[in-house]
Amino acid sequence: MQSEQASPTAVAGLERVFKVENTSYYYGSNMAVRGVNLEIPGNKITAFIGPSGCGKSTVLRCFNRLNDLIPSAHIKGRITYHGVDLYSKAVDPTELRRRIGMVFQKPNPFPKSIYDNVAFGARINGYQGDMDELVEKSLRSSALWDEVKDKLKESGLSLSGGQQQRLCIARAIAVEPEVILMDEPCSALDPISTLKIEDLMQQLKENYTIIIVTHNMQQASRVSDRTAFYNAEPTESGGKVGYLVEYDETQVIFSNPKETYTRDYVSGRFG
Amino acid sequence: MTDSVFPSPAAGDSTRSDRWKPNRSLSKLSQRSVVILFGAFAMVSVATTIGIISTLLFETIEFFLEVSPLHFFTATRWTALFANPSFGVIVLLCGTFLTSFIGLLLAIPLGLLAAVCLSEYAPRNLRAVLKPALELLAGIPTVVFGYFALLMVTPFLQNIVPGLSVFNSLSAGIVLGFAILPTIASLSEDAIFAVPQSLRQGCYALGATKRETVTGVVLPAALSGIVSSIILGVARAVGETMIVTLAAGQSPTLTLDPRVSVQTMTSFIVQVTKGDAPYGSIEFKTLFAVGMTLFVITLLLNILSFWFVRKFQEKYE
Amino acid sequence: MNPIDPQAQGLGLPETGNFKPQLERRYKFDQIFKIISWAATFSAIAVLAILLIGVLSEGIPKLSLEFLTAPPSRKAEQAGIWPAFLGTIALLLITAASAIPLGVGTGIFLQEFAQDSKLAKVIEINISNLAAVPSIIYGMLGLFVFARLLEPMTGGRSIFSAGLTLALLILPVIIVSTRESLKAVPDSIRMAGMALGATRWQTVRIHVLPLAIPGILTGTILALSRAIGETAPIIVVGAAAFVPFAPEFSVEGFREPAFTAMPIQIFNWISRPQEEFHAIAASAIIVLLMVLLVMNTTAIVLRNRFQSNR
Repeated sequence: MQSEQASPTAVAGLERVFKVENTSYYYGSNMAVRGVNLEIPGNKITAFIGPSGCGKSTVLRCFNRLNDLIPSAHIKGRITYHGVDLYSKAVDPTELRRRIGMVFQKPNPFPKSIYDNVAFGARINGYQGDMDELVEKSLRSSALWDEVKDKLKESGLSLSGGQQQRLCIARAIAVEPEVILMDEPCSALDPISTLKIEDLMQQLKENYTIIIVTHNMQQASRVSDRTAFYNAEPTESGGKVGYLVEYDETQVIFSNPKETYTRDYVSGRFG
Repeated sequence: MTDSVFPSPAAGDSTRSDRWKPNRSLSKLSQRSVVILFGAFAMVSVATTIGIISTLLFETIEFFLEVSPLHFFTATRWTALFANPSFGVIVLLCGTFLTSFIGLLLAIPLGLLAAVCLSEYAPRNLRAVLKPALELLAGIPTVVFGYFALLMVTPFLQNIVPGLSVFNSLSAGIVLGFAILPTIASLSEDAIFAVPQSLRQGCYALGATKRETVTGVVLPAALSGIVSSIILGVARAVGETMIVTLAAGQSPTLTLDPRVSVQTMTSFIVQVTKGDAPYGSIEFKTLFAVGMTLFVITLLLNILSFWFVRKFQEKYE
Repeated sequence: MNPIDPQAQGLGLPETGNFKPQLERRYKFDQIFKIISWAATFSAIAVLAILLIGVLSEGIPKLSLEFLTAPPSRKAEQAGIWPAFLGTIALLLITAASAIPLGVGTGIFLQEFAQDSKLAKVIEINISNLAAVPSIIYGMLGLFVFARLLEPMTGGRSIFSAGLTLALLILPVIIVSTRESLKAVPDSIRMAGMALGATRWQTVRIHVLPLAIPGILTGTILALSRAIGETAPIIVVGAAAFVPFAPEFSVEGFREPAFTAMPIQIFNWISRPQEEFHAIAASAIIVLLMVLLVMNTTAIVLRNRFQSNR
């Protein structure tokens, strides 16, 4: 399905944005995720689902190397972004993170005005164009412009939870990334705000590759094109280690999964 | 059981109800007396404030019956202890300003940078050692810093700064700065460390470097805590007594030259009380007029701090 | 979205959009900022270390048993700090005896009985205002109220007056740390006590207070260690420059209108022009710092034990 929609200009790139090869992730000596293999297609929404502790957020944070901030964490295996090894010495995580935006579980607007929240990332990354234009464009893309256009100087924290989350999406879009990672973006929001964000995701996938971690299976089935189901199993040392159970078209995962675990999980038998 | 509004559940069975004899009236009495007693204790802190204000006010009014407020605030000579006294409090304010200014010039940037370093750059185990050490240093009595200023820093500075007299505001100010630095650093560090991790991550995720995250997001988020720590530092500097008394001397001179001796409001108070001024004398009343000026300044600083925190405190979960 | 060609720039990726990230320049700023903040931290530590080393090297040679047990003298080589040391201990006793019940009682009242009441709010604002008042102002309060108005009771410029002044000075600290410690006790413990039919006070006394005591003790010891280092307020209340006799530990002794304490003694010796007195001032500082170190260490040990038990 993806191959038909691939952009003809991308010779080697857009088709497979990420390729994860036999990747394990450790916090200190504890293995958190074991042996993940998967590929993320461009301009699609890929959902990561699974019970808590299954490592779906950990894998998500590998894509922009946000896990680097935890001193003891390290990776084994290989993740490539358009064929470039993300964890090779030549890759600068700061540079990488501008290309791979992220939206977090709880809205985390900066203690700045709405305008500055959006402009901040662009400013530090040396945006050369017209800043007002960029702010407006980003706020329009995140479907927030009409609600805030008269109060751009007000604090980002004065907005409601759902608006704050869309502000965070605008903030991520403003640095013109290719990929947007979303870590349970709706878990702190009410149903109406959630619906708005889901609609927004459908618009955004025209221009961006989206990977979303969600606890909410209905959400995964509503918004995503492909779904990866992770599970956790107990380790000998008493901890938990996550692994990828199954990865396929969303409709396959939800209607006709190959694995029993997946079937049990999507039918609500555990998790 | 007389105080219960509930009928005894075992009215018909006397043997069962006999087993429960809670002395409710006694426990209620002890509860009530404790509340009254501790409530009275709580009033002591209110009484302290009232006591401070009325003490200062009472003698200050007496003072202003003898000396006109216009003279007090506009005269440019302070010779309160001489035969033909002049009471230009500006001279003392200037001394206080000079020593505090030098101290804060040092303590604010160094304290903030140290706070950033401890919270953002120092490894966790180093922070675990340095933070209590900082609190320990904040507890060193100021008379010890006075020793340091007069007997170690001044002789050292005299080698570098030409014309530095034995008593001077430069050395007093510098040491004052190091005395309040731990307070500013420790309180600012609390505020910086309390900034939620998610905010830092949000900034890194935009492709910001560590410094950009610290100065662009973390410090603004901690602003209200940082500002109130700085205002507390200012109040400490203005009210600091022993360092300036020992190292800046007792010469009430209206000057901004940091090399010569000045008198601050606090060192004037020490000078008078050491000399055993008789109650009711003009010297004794002057003491309270100067104390009142000092109190009003710190009160204004405190109000400023309140206002700032209320206006700029951001609510994070 | 611009097309991406990973081969265009070696291992790095090509720039998308209209950005000039200039990472090298930004990293240079990062490096400078990091170095400056470490330098600030170390310079602060270095200065304070120089202070301590200077005091130690000046003071240790004169430190002896005679120094500890001798009264002050006009001759530096004969002078000691015994009266000042006992004066500090006496001050500590009076301050603790008055500040602890007042502070802990107020803390319990505010946290357990008057929470969210208007009175509690007023007292709260009042306390944070008091915390910013310079200590010398407390000295003036003590001078006026304890030494002058209440002279028949306190004996005037006595250890009593000075101790009560210091008690008022540290009261806010004790109140706040009591409240913080009580706040740290989970509400479920209160609920459990009340559900068994105990009154609020019974619950607090039997269940809540024992859990809060380590925290209260820590805060109290730190406050007391601040009190005994204070110099300005007790000078104002009227500590005398030269007191050759130790205070008698009795009501009459504490009402004696002539007293001294270690910080006062240090202050006086520093103020003298002769260098021999400067050296014994350093020795006295060492003794004072040792007392403070013992108190602070106790407090920190208590706090750590308290935290690890939670």
